[in-house]
Amino acid sequence: MAEYKWPAPAERTLIGKRISRVDGAVKVSGHAKYSYDYNPKGLLFGKVLRCPHAHARVTSIDTSAAEKMAGIKAVQIVQKPGTEVLWQGDDIVAVAAVDEPTAEDAIRAIQVKYEVLPHNVSDAEPPAGAGEGPAGPMTEDDLENALGNQVPDAQVISDLQKRGVTFQVTDDMTKELKGYGVSDAVINALKAAAYHPEAASQPRSPYQKMAAQTQGDPDKGFASAEVTSEGVYGAPVITHCCLETHGSAAEWPSSDHLLVHCSTQGVSGLPDQYAQALKIPAGNVRAHQDHIGGGFGSKFSPDRWGIATAQLSKSAGGKPVKYMLERDSELMTAGARPSAYARVKVAAKGDGTLVAWQSDSWGTGGPAGAGSPPLPYVFEIPNQRKQHTAVRTNQGPARAWRAPNHPQAAVITMCALDDLAHKLNMDPVEFFAKNLDMTGPRAPIYKEELPLAAELMGWKQKWHPRGDKSEGPIKRGVGLSMHTWGGRGHASNCLLSIHPDGSVDIKMGSQDLGTGTRTAILIVAADSLGIPMNAITLNIGDTMYPPDGGSGGSTTIGGVSSSTRRAALMALDQLFAKVAPALKAQPADLEARDGTVRVKSEPSRSLSWKQACAKLGAMPLSVTGKNPGPGNLINSGVGGVGMADVSVDTETGIVKVNKMVAVQDCGLVINLKTAESQCYGALIMGISYALYEEKVLDPVTGRMLNPNMEFYRLAGLRDIPELMVHMMTDPLNENRGVIGLGEPPVISPGAAISNAVANAIGVRVPFLPLTPDRVLAALEQQQKAGA
Amino acid sequence: MKKNVRIVINGAEHRAEVEPRLLLVHFLREVAGLTGTHIGCETSLCGACTVLLDGMAVKSCTVLAVQADGRSITTIEGLAASENLHPIQEAFWEEHGLQCGYCTPGMILCAHDLLQQNASPSEQEIRDGIGGNLCRCTGYQHIVNAVKAASRKMNQRQRAAARAAD
Ligand code: FES
Ligand code: FES
Repeated sequence: MAEYKWPAPAERTLIGKRISRVDGAVKVSGHAKYSYDYNPKGLLFGKVLRCPHAHARVTSIDTSAAEKMAGIKAVQIVQKPGTEVLWQGDDIVAVAAVDEPTAEDAIRAIQVKYEVLPHNVSDAEPPAGAGEGPAGPMTEDDLENALGNQVPDAQVISDLQKRGVTFQVTDDMTKELKGYGVSDAVINALKAAAYHPEAASQPRSPYQKMAAQTQGDPDKGFASAEVTSEGVYGAPVITHCCLETHGSAAEWPSSDHLLVHCSTQGVSGLPDQYAQALKIPAGNVRAHQDHIGGGFGSKFSPDRWGIATAQLSKSAGGKPVKYMLERDSELMTAGARPSAYARVKVAAKGDGTLVAWQSDSWGTGGPAGAGSPPLPYVFEIPNQRKQHTAVRTNQGPARAWRAPNHPQAAVITMCALDDLAHKLNMDPVEFFAKNLDMTGPRAPIYKEELPLAAELMGWKQKWHPRGDKSEGPIKRGVGLSMHTWGGRGHASNCLLSIHPDGSVDIKMGSQDLGTGTRTAILIVAADSLGIPMNAITLNIGDTMYPPDGGSGGSTTIGGVSSSTRRAALMALDQLFAKVAPALKAQPADLEARDGTVRVKSEPSRSLSWKQACAKLGAMPLSVTGKNPGPGNLINSGVGGVGMADVSVDTETGIVKVNKMVAVQDCGLVINLKTAESQCYGALIMGISYALYEEKVLDPVTGRMLNPNMEFYRLAGLRDIPELMVHMMTDPLNENRGVIGLGEPPVISPGAAISNAVANAIGVRVPFLPLTPDRVLAALEQQQKAGA
Repeated sequence: MKKNVRIVINGAEHRAEVEPRLLLVHFLREVAGLTGTHIGCETSLCGACTVLLDGMAVKSCTVLAVQADGRSITTIEGLAASENLHPIQEAFWEEHGLQCGYCTPGMILCAHDLLQQNASPSEQEIRDGIGGNLCRCTGYQHIVNAVKAASRKMNQRQRAAARAAD
């Protein structure tokens, strides 16, 4: 039996090297197919009429004129009269037509009347006393939000026990939750929760104050402190803005079989979601996706519009219907990262040792509130008191956004700590270093990463006490932040077959978000089997293949690399058993290397891969490697340090990032090229949310003011500074096994840039994004305070 | 009132009767079936739909199909002369100038326009030259590296071709 472990460093032929992505050629030549590109003959085009109000009740819908129009093949009411709509842009009616302009004409011909209801889109600080008293039973949205935002199980369970629920808990529902990986403990608490149907229709306070959490003795902690700093920090609601919008194409090959091409981060998870909504067996749903144009946490569900697309197709006799969101619909409805703000008090001894933390945080996740940021972040300060208030707004529904809740927690914590370092007259690097023992099991990693990042940044040469004293309006400064993430591999199944002709194929229901999942699977398989990557055919992205976890939370690389490694080792076990007699050796004495199967101690006694596979006889061998499974191939928990060097024009308020540094560990790296690329991408995404991104809603109309890429600005090519990425690939890290990487490097940039701006101009700009108006306002306040 | 158009795409002539409001990007994707030209924003802001119109990079979501009547278009599918990749395509692959790849066709065609005008652009000229194209994934650094590498490759091949001609 094989031992399930990674090859020793000297034996790795591909793992950990810089390998070009295997899907490069199809992507650079325009032949890669995205869901948006699915274009079969007879395709019909969907469009959706969206609610123009942030809060309203649908009173009547008249689709008669649209139905009569030439070229209209189906009309589907998505939300019936009587339904309460909770955000602008929610789907009301969908149509399918022979082409897009005709579908647009039909939308214009539909009459919908609304009773407009009062809305709230403001996530400003809750008034004193807001949200006191019981939060009321949990709605389905409350639960979905808590689970989608990685609220700790213990908190969800205690909420369910204390508050009960407003909805009936069905078997379908618990099955679906299980499918998403919700723990049994939570599901049991849900089943046991008291049912309060009457509460569903009762008006609720927009503020939902969560129980205060206390550790140690915060009062004593603050009393013993020599230096205390207070401030307010935060980050607003932002969107995902994937370059390929959400959407799908749906068709019915027969009256109870559905085929969907859906832009999704979780292919294997789709059938169940369609099946429940459409009342067909999940096994009758086939989902397929070759490539996806970005997800970042926002694409796990078919969504209302996806179900509507399937219904339209059904009404149109099963013909394929495609509906991809328009950019404005995408920005309004397809995902918002919850905001988080906090008033923080944090204190230390004179030597910089942290002693106490207190935070009152709040934020909105749209209509159902949101999870709370993990505060204080990274540092387990011994004495703490914290309380979070979720603000229910008509902002649009929250979705997981790359590293849910962590970037917000980093802004709140790392900026507060940076302000404290300033009050202590300490260099933040020294101050952070002083407290690293409070970071728990990751301390040894941070201790390596922090000085390394400082060196790459040139921190010693660049850092100065707060406020650049040099002449002229341009001020320069540096800042830092630290982060952490889990990233344990998800459930994965790798079906690997070796054929008597020597060909090898792999089938997995996984998906490649662009992170390089295909390449990683092939690297592991080829390195393990001792054959070239291009000798293996890889099939992913289809529910016809064994199910695999959704790609979220940095769980994919651990999942697919370990299941593939196990499959390859299992396959070799079987192959060696067949080949051993021919080589007059024991199976355990064989190895597969350099395209041969050979005797370890005497490599010249060998068969070529092809000859070896011929020994299989008439039948291919097929194995399924699984994760979780035997051997310690994966792990959870990374650190990471981010640093920024910025220039601020104090006359215009414009912030320019000069340099960013990311030092990141992720256990054993499978492909250095794609791993580094995750960090580069995260840095620019970080600059983007630090300086530009905000979902701006008009308090009067409740509508989004910037639902386009002109005013919802993303960082562009002119914004890239010098970027320095360093991956920790030393044995200390490699021996931990594979850990996910997608989320962690995006967490620190916001806080690091905010701290660099404070270092440059001598005053804190409390909230992201650090737009010119905010920078100028902070400078003005500083001047007033000085005068 | 539909209009007849005749558009040469990647060297092949396409004739069709189109609505005047039809955008070139939809003509390419839905009439000609060339889906390598992507749609990101529909409003001329992201560059995913960039194609070459008589050799010049344009955002095809901002051109009407009728405006392209009688003209010649190169899409990403037609950039390479043969089965091989164009040097810019090679460079994007080798330098890892892509992740999800959705922005890539537009980036490559925009870079093509830039390199036609300026065979050896500086880093800053690259950032300015293709600055109208957005990418949500890569962090751009590798895109810039790819354009630099492409410029080197194209210059080398041109010199080699010139030597061969001597
Ligand atoms: S789709 Fe044309 S520029 Fe974005
Ligand atoms: S690679 Fe995804 S948008 Fe550029």
